[in-house]
Amino acid sequence: MGGPEQAIQVTDLHKRFGSLEVLKGISLTARQGDVIAIIGGSGSGKSTFLRCINLLELPTAGTVSVHGETIEMKSDGHGGLIPANRRQVQRIRSRLAMVFQSFNLWQHMTVLQNVIEAPVHVLGVPKDQAIATAEALLKRVGLFEKRDVYPAFLSGGQQQRAAIARALAVQPLAMLFDEPTSALDPELVGEVLSVIGDLAREKRTMLLVTHEMKFAREVSNHVVFLHNGLIEEQGPPDEIFGAPKSERLKKFISSIH
Amino acid sequence: MLVGFIQSLKLAFGGYGLGLLIGIGGACGKLYGGPILRDLMEIYTTLIRAIPELVLMLLLYYAGTDALSQLLALAGYGSVDINALTAGIFVIGVVQGAYATEVFRGAIKAVPAGQIEAGRAYGMSPMKVLTRVTLPAMLPYALPGLANLWMVATKDTALLAVIGFSELTLVTRQAAGSTKAYMLFFLAAGAIYLAWTLVSSLVIRFIEKRATRGLVRTA
Ligand SMILES: Nc1ncnc2c1ncn2[C@@H]1O[C@H](COP(=O)(O)OP(=O)(O)OP(=O)(O)O)[C@@H](O)[C@H]1O
Ligand SMILES: [Mg+2]
Repeated sequence: MGGPEQAIQVTDLHKRFGSLEVLKGISLTARQGDVIAIIGGSGSGKSTFLRCINLLELPTAGTVSVHGETIEMKSDGHGGLIPANRRQVQRIRSRLAMVFQSFNLWQHMTVLQNVIEAPVHVLGVPKDQAIATAEALLKRVGLFEKRDVYPAFLSGGQQQRAAIARALAVQPLAMLFDEPTSALDPELVGEVLSVIGDLAREKRTMLLVTHEMKFAREVSNHVVFLHNGLIEEQGPPDEIFGAPKSERLKKFISSIH
Repeated sequence: MLVGFIQSLKLAFGGYGLGLLIGIGGACGKLYGGPILRDLMEIYTTLIRAIPELVLMLLLYYAGTDALSQLLALAGYGSVDINALTAGIFVIGVVQGAYATEVFRGAIKAVPAGQIEAGRAYGMSPMKVLTRVTLPAMLPYALPGLANLWMVATKDTALLAVIGFSELTLVTRQAAGSTKAYMLFFLAAGAIYLAWTLVSSLVIRFIEKRATRGLVRTA
């Protein structure tokens, strides 16, 4: 299924929490180099969708493929799904780098240790090689001087940039951003967006959940508007933001400005 | 007396170490285990913490070692005499383990969920998450409780005097009894325990400083 140009393919994804159906059948394909912005109101299921892709949440139904490899699931006997092969899930996760709203850097490790952790302890990269890569990445996000500092002593913007370096260190097949700037003070948003913008211009495959509409319009090549667990509308950014069709999207866009 | 002191040290280190191992296992059992394992752990920690330590010591020492040697005999090892030090470490370890389980359980729960989630998101196996993220991240939260337990372990060694184990307190009593210099010997023993505690708190402070490097001090 799917040629090598397909980075992520999601087919008819459903997710329910108890009696609440949060995702009601979502299909989406990200080709390599795609920057897909996911927008939608609070509670529309954006985070849940992203977290189903790397199986932090287990979908109730549907399939996820990464680089043409379908993640094997089996029934859990209660109407849900569980991974059929944990190792496969771990292997795929290790190459789908996630950047969280609240950074989630490991607090007991320095910035550098955070960045080399997955390469060394998950992917098995030799330590000196991982350190060299990490230092280059930290230079790139402007944190080389902070490499031996613990995350708690950094500003939110610095922490998020360190988290992006951690994500890049695994040479991700695709990056998953869940509102990477929502927890930041307004004056720190810019420095993080500029790093993400650079990555987008490099044509790194990414799914980006964001409330920064101007930014989404600038960097994405496809925008998905989620409403109530369904894709209400999708298309190129200029159409979505410039000429929205559905009433809900029109309302959403006008409400955010 | 020095021999008694060394025996006490061995008891404390051995019992404490065993207690830590049981504690980590117990906490993981309580947090991640199935319902049966969780109930078993609950019974273990509740019982041990409810019963006075002296009673436990006597019970575990006599009944425990008896059961163990019978078990060994059944397994075909013949009658094995369990030496007093091993038995003492076992007794202290089982008692400490119950308290350590609670300390670790609380500390693990204090680790922000996002840290563990990040571990999973980057492809760590559950075991990797535990050893690379959960355990090191919970350490700062566990240390105050663990430091307390170490002090308790120290004092628990003296309780083993009642079962005739030649640790510091018993040796002191014997020496004092035979020389009639009660005051001298018990003051000396007290001084040794005090010195032990002082050295311990220095070491603990050092470890705490290292473990909390990543936390912003709010003091
Ligand atoms: N673990 C969970 N258990 C139960 N319900 C959940 C859980 N996670 C999310 N939900 C519910 O699922 C719905 C979608 O949540 P989700 O976090 O995906 O929304 P979102 O689009 O990311 O919203 P926001 O913009 O506020 O981040 C919400 O109603 C939420 O309460
Ligand atoms: Mg969200």
